[in-house]
Amino acid sequence: MSPAIEVRNLFYSYPGAEKHTLENINLVIERGDFVVLTGPSGCGKTTLCRCLNGLIPHFYGGKFNGTVIVDGLSVKDHPISALAQHVGFVFQNPENQLFALSVEKDIAFGLENLALPRAEIIKRVKWAMKITGVTELRENAPHELSGGQQQRVAIASVLAMNPHVMVLDEPTSFLDPMSSKQLFEVIQTLNKETRLTIILVEHRLDLLSPYAKRIIVMDEGKIIADGSPRSILSSKKVFSLGVGIPKVTRLYQLLLENGVSLDSPPISVKELERELRRRII
Amino acid sequence: MIKVENAFFTYPSGVKALEGLNLEIQDGEFIGIMGENGAGKTTLVKHFNGLLKPTNGSIYINGKNTRETTVAELSKNVGLVFQNPDHQLFCETVEEEVTFGLKNFGFAEEKIVERTDWVLNFLELERYRKSSPFILSGGERKRVALAAVLAWDPNILVLDEPTIGQDYLQKERLRQYIEQLNGQGRTVIIVTHDIEFIAECKPRIIVLSKGKIINYATAKEALTNSENLSKASIFPPQIAQLFTQIADLGLPKDVIDVYEAKVLIENLLKGGKRNEGV
Repeated sequence: MSPAIEVRNLFYSYPGAEKHTLENINLVIERGDFVVLTGPSGCGKTTLCRCLNGLIPHFYGGKFNGTVIVDGLSVKDHPISALAQHVGFVFQNPENQLFALSVEKDIAFGLENLALPRAEIIKRVKWAMKITGVTELRENAPHELSGGQQQRVAIASVLAMNPHVMVLDEPTSFLDPMSSKQLFEVIQTLNKETRLTIILVEHRLDLLSPYAKRIIVMDEGKIIADGSPRSILSSKKVFSLGVGIPKVTRLYQLLLENGVSLDSPPISVKELERELRRRII
Repeated sequence: MIKVENAFFTYPSGVKALEGLNLEIQDGEFIGIMGENGAGKTTLVKHFNGLLKPTNGSIYINGKNTRETTVAELSKNVGLVFQNPDHQLFCETVEEEVTFGLKNFGFAEEKIVERTDWVLNFLELERYRKSSPFILSGGERKRVALAAVLAWDPNILVLDEPTIGQDYLQKERLRQYIEQLNGQGRTVIIVTHDIEFIAECKPRIIVLSKGKIINYATAKEALTNSENLSKASIFPPQIAQLFTQIADLGLPKDVIDVYEAKVLIENLLKGGKRNEGV
């Protein structure tokens, strides 16, 4: 089976731009992975995501060189509508994505467009609502829901299309911390139970780090670091770029600068607590 | 000064957003407003420049009742920068965006040039002066939206979710801008979910939940009160969580700052201050 995503020698510049927004990206993401894509503003992360669902080059145009293969399909050779059944997109602001009069209708919309049989639509909508925890909201109007509920409905409507890859661009920007955590838990459940490949763009890594399997850092159109959350978050280079590392990891770095070395860089409060207790006793 | 007197607000749909708020914000204060989605944060700040008027109760800005004052007049004193810059930006260039408000308020040509130069320089936007706001990144557009408001120098500045889409270095710069503006005597109010940003800025904090104020305290007090924060769907910042967990090692519980944390832990590990107690 092909990997979920394969990018080879990708160069891209927007129409009229002199500089490449993406410069020689090479990347393989295996099926079932949970990847966080991060980096300073303007580093090209959103542009790279647009290459994964065909918005680039089909919608944005520009100069596109190289190969992007998603779920076995070359993005260049398939229209956005065909790719949408393989790779789902969830945006920063759910209000931009929801429009129907009820949650259920919003989730069914994409499926109705595919002209699927009624029984199949009902089955998929039920499943998507259940796994994202919005079943009890099915008759509510999306615009009356809280931000966290709206974002779960947006995920459900993407999920119903049965994609193998889901790309989420800063999905928790508008959510309070509790709703953010719940959303990450829903995404983790999907990743574990359905082996859905997750690519999540995020600046705030404090809440997210415990869920990710791999973090990719971009800067100026290039991938400059790629590895486990622990190795990436403890890297001084990554911090100096302006990546928002968790405060406990930052505390570890500050202690290290002063000659206090702990065993391994913590990425959660619990890990640092455990290490401190070990040192004291 | 902002004075909120027993303010209630109900949207036409029947949603009750504010339920009897009482609040005073003095000139020159630095305030952070936090609370769960739908707590009423944005609704509250929209009352400060008169975009919304309370259904019951009153809001006074510098002694003037907002019900008896126009939005234009209030806006001279209260600059509101919205969550989404795209709701605010519409001009062809960054420069026009910045001069728009100044022209509307009838500033003299000389003053317009002076204020525009100052704000573009202050927010490091000079190189985009002739660019369209729409080719800029989300983070840059947020800075343009701030510039457009800052240009007419309101003495109360309200920023709704200023850190969305901003990377860590941009947040650091934003914090410095805010500190400078506040240091010069302006009242600065930020509405945010970004608990780690708040822990670095350390404003006085208002915690809103379900349309009511459930805490109004210093950053240290508010951010280490996990029980209170959880009512508003907020977790304490990581440093506060850590010090709550390790309080039995003889360290203070109310720590929110990473540098303070570093000194305390350094002493703990190096000097065995553990059993000294306080």
